[in-house]
Amino acid sequence: MVQEKKSLLKVNNLQKYFTTPQGIVKAVDDVSFAVAPGETLGLVGESGSGKTTAAFTIIGAYQPTDGSIYFQNKQISGKKRSRELKRNIQIVFQDPGSSLNPRQSVRQILTMPLKLHNVVPAAEIGNKIQELLELVELPRDFIHKHPLELGEGEKQSVAIARALSVNPSLIVLDEPTSALDVSMQAKIIKLLGNLQQEFNVAYIFITHDLSLMRNVASRVAIMYLGRICEIARAADFFQQPLHPYTRMLISSVPVVSEEEEALKPPHYTSQGEIPSPVNMPTGCGFHPRCPEKLDICDRQIPESLAIDNNRQVFCHLYRKDQEQKIADSTLRQE
Amino acid sequence: MNSKKTEISADYKKKNWLRRKETLQRAWYKFSANILSVVGLIIVIAVILLAVFAPWVAPHPDHAGAVVDFTATMQSPGAGNLMGTDGVGRDLLSRIIFGFRFSLMMGLVVIGLAAPPGIILGLIAGYYQGTKIDTAIMRFADIFLAVPPLILAMSITSVLSPNIFNAMLAVTLMWWPWYTRLVYGLASSLQNEYFVQSAEVMGASTPHILFKEILPNCISAIFTKITLDMGFVIIIGASLSFVGLGAQPPTPDLGTMVADGAKYMPDQWWLTIFPALAIVFVVLGFNLLGDGLRDVLAVEEV
Amino acid sequence: MTEPLLEINELKVNYQVFGGDLKVLNGLNLEIYPGEKIGLVGETGCGKTTTMKSILGILHPAARIKGGEILYRGRDLLKLKEKEMNDLRRQHMSAIFQNPTAALNPVFTIGQQLEDAIRYSFSREERLPKKEIKARAVEVLNDVALPDPERLLKNYPVQLSGGMKQRICIALALVTASDLLVADEPGTNLDVTIQDQILRLLINLVEERKTATIYITHTLGVVRQFMDRVFVMYAGNTVEVAPTKTLFDNPVHPYTKGLLQAVPKLTGVEFSQGIPGRVPEYQRPPAGCRFHPRCPDSTAFCQQEKPGFVEVEPGHQVACFTGGDS
Repeated sequence: MVQEKKSLLKVNNLQKYFTTPQGIVKAVDDVSFAVAPGETLGLVGESGSGKTTAAFTIIGAYQPTDGSIYFQNKQISGKKRSRELKRNIQIVFQDPGSSLNPRQSVRQILTMPLKLHNVVPAAEIGNKIQELLELVELPRDFIHKHPLELGEGEKQSVAIARALSVNPSLIVLDEPTSALDVSMQAKIIKLLGNLQQEFNVAYIFITHDLSLMRNVASRVAIMYLGRICEIARAADFFQQPLHPYTRMLISSVPVVSEEEEALKPPHYTSQGEIPSPVNMPTGCGFHPRCPEKLDICDRQIPESLAIDNNRQVFCHLYRKDQEQKIADSTLRQE
Repeated sequence: MNSKKTEISADYKKKNWLRRKETLQRAWYKFSANILSVVGLIIVIAVILLAVFAPWVAPHPDHAGAVVDFTATMQSPGAGNLMGTDGVGRDLLSRIIFGFRFSLMMGLVVIGLAAPPGIILGLIAGYYQGTKIDTAIMRFADIFLAVPPLILAMSITSVLSPNIFNAMLAVTLMWWPWYTRLVYGLASSLQNEYFVQSAEVMGASTPHILFKEILPNCISAIFTKITLDMGFVIIIGASLSFVGLGAQPPTPDLGTMVADGAKYMPDQWWLTIFPALAIVFVVLGFNLLGDGLRDVLAVEEV
Repeated sequence: MTEPLLEINELKVNYQVFGGDLKVLNGLNLEIYPGEKIGLVGETGCGKTTTMKSILGILHPAARIKGGEILYRGRDLLKLKEKEMNDLRRQHMSAIFQNPTAALNPVFTIGQQLEDAIRYSFSREERLPKKEIKARAVEVLNDVALPDPERLLKNYPVQLSGGMKQRICIALALVTASDLLVADEPGTNLDVTIQDQILRLLINLVEERKTATIYITHTLGVVRQFMDRVFVMYAGNTVEVAPTKTLFDNPVHPYTKGLLQAVPKLTGVEFSQGIPGRVPEYQRPPAGCRFHPRCPDSTAFCQQEKPGFVEVEPGHQVACFTGGDS
């Protein structure tokens, strides 16, 4: 791969299985991707897609069942994480109501990480907190407020300030705006963009909202039932989605203008239920809902096909094309 | 720069005070919506005041001890002795007022001893839910919960010598698991909250997570339980005294008084009825107050 | 023009809480014609759910109706006795709620809940025999495209996925040929592809049955795709009404414009920073037009008087003093 050397985070064949009374749940299965410094990778998926499990494995809340995670070219999976590493990877959760301790003031919430990682001398913590609040566009006197007194958007800003307080190089954003109104969402997204430019921090942005993804991510990875279906640059992906699932996904998005309507792939109306992760279909997980199912689909799990340097798709449909292409190129060489 | 700082902090103090005041007002609004809670509060305050100022309030403070006045035995309630006198001529009202002291002390000491270890064990077990630590702590607590409380307390006090100190010890031993259970339930659900996970990801120490993140969110439930438990502990203490395993004469204990008076039923009814009513009064007060607190301290949805 | 099925005029609803009343609905106007599908959109805390509850007569006990009327075929619902309202609700109105898991009782089977709904949708005299009720239950499950209805009737809600539960809720709402359906964000907690299926199903069913539908949501895209007319709500008032296409092509109220600009677009076109500020505190709402503190075009006059509806073009009304001139 091209980004091999300069990647900040590299995930190779990551697996995370959970044992439940109903059987083994393959929450994340054979997932590989990389994140470059200062870029935003969008991780899109519906429920049961494993996007949150993948994120929790990256931040170290879960240990992977198999596979490896490299951060700044060091293997970090399967061992205890150093304090420095914990500082370097942060997370902002989905529900701002639950991510701030209701019994602490904003000052207490932000003091803990500053103290823990000795970001500034103890005497300057107060000033640093006010600086952080200014950074996330909150008034300085919010330092005395409690989460109950804040609006949802303001709470999320505080959560972002907390993640940012320790100068991480990677922040995992787990649906940071799904609990917010569009107006608040727009504000938070703008803020995240500005902060990224200022501090060159990389984001893994998890969401199920494709329209939002189009606007925030430089590259997107689409997941379905624990596996990746397609990874591409955002612009390419929305111009021409390849995997049948991603086509169905885009065609299901409710949109507000004609121009957007035109982007939806025709003839891909959504059908079928998302299977339960305990009772996974054989072969490609999407085949029971796929309008272009081939014979091979329920027998064999599709492998990664590189369409070009920046694009991979996991679908049998494109295998033929690919073989053809390879054959063509060998012909030409001869 | 410096003056600006002090200005900000003075302004902050004022605002903080105003906010506290508003929180209190809001709490009182909720609390006073239920008239029974207010009754409970008044009873509890009254009992506490009586107990604290007993030597000044009681008509015959010296009657709390071993006083004998044969000129005034078994007087029925009247102008001289509002609740009558007992077999050795002591004023019953004074003894009941001093009895509150022992009841409250019993409650405070028992809960003071039982709650802290119970809470800490509960926090640990809840945070490590599903691990061996959880199993060890909770099964240990279950052993204590499996024995009927009064029986356990009775056996302990009868093995050791029956006095108020041993009674408290016995009740403490059977009381801590209830706090462990309560906090365990809260902590095990709180450990899934994002703010706890966020502290973990940040690299915060386990004591920080237990005491700074989880414990403050359990305080209101613990507080409610303590208030309700005051009543129950007082009843258990009185029961132990009633069967002769608690406070020993001449200590003015409500349970002992009921037991002593029972011999003279029904002729000298006041000897039993008044101490018994006093117990009912205290326990009812704490229970009503506890219910009221539970309403107020339930996490506020704005 | 035909008579409206439901008409809300100048409805005012307060909630009594500590520290004074929350003046939530502040003279709300809304009307829906038989068989029409309208969308009611606005941010969280704009009073959308209070509106729904007022129509259905299920307001919180702390709510006080301070004025206005809700006319259903000319009868004022606010003046009906509890029993009359019950009869009306049972036979003519239905509702779908946001969270299908909370809307179904976990201790009863789907069959029990569905059959109860069918049984009580008729008055005592007309009640159906047991067999017919069962047959009808199977029929509605078929209507909402659920496989194997016979077996499903014996299932408990926990055994079903979110999408299936929402289908059951739709079935529950549509067991009777009701005239009015109020749906409060029925797609919000569902996955994108499932939401799309559910909404298309719902719209097909209400169109087939000519049920007038009020669809409450904060997702503008859903309204654009499925509704005939849109009511935009802000802080207890309807601020703009228009046929769907008109509203999305030519929004007039600054609030509507702000909302539309803040929505992220699939095309990747920059979206705006959003509307500054947030929904007002209802204990002390701003005087005059409640939107003026957040409005980019507000004038001194906006702070004094509450704007009434002005017709910009036929069927397109807006409650704003700029009246589309800006």
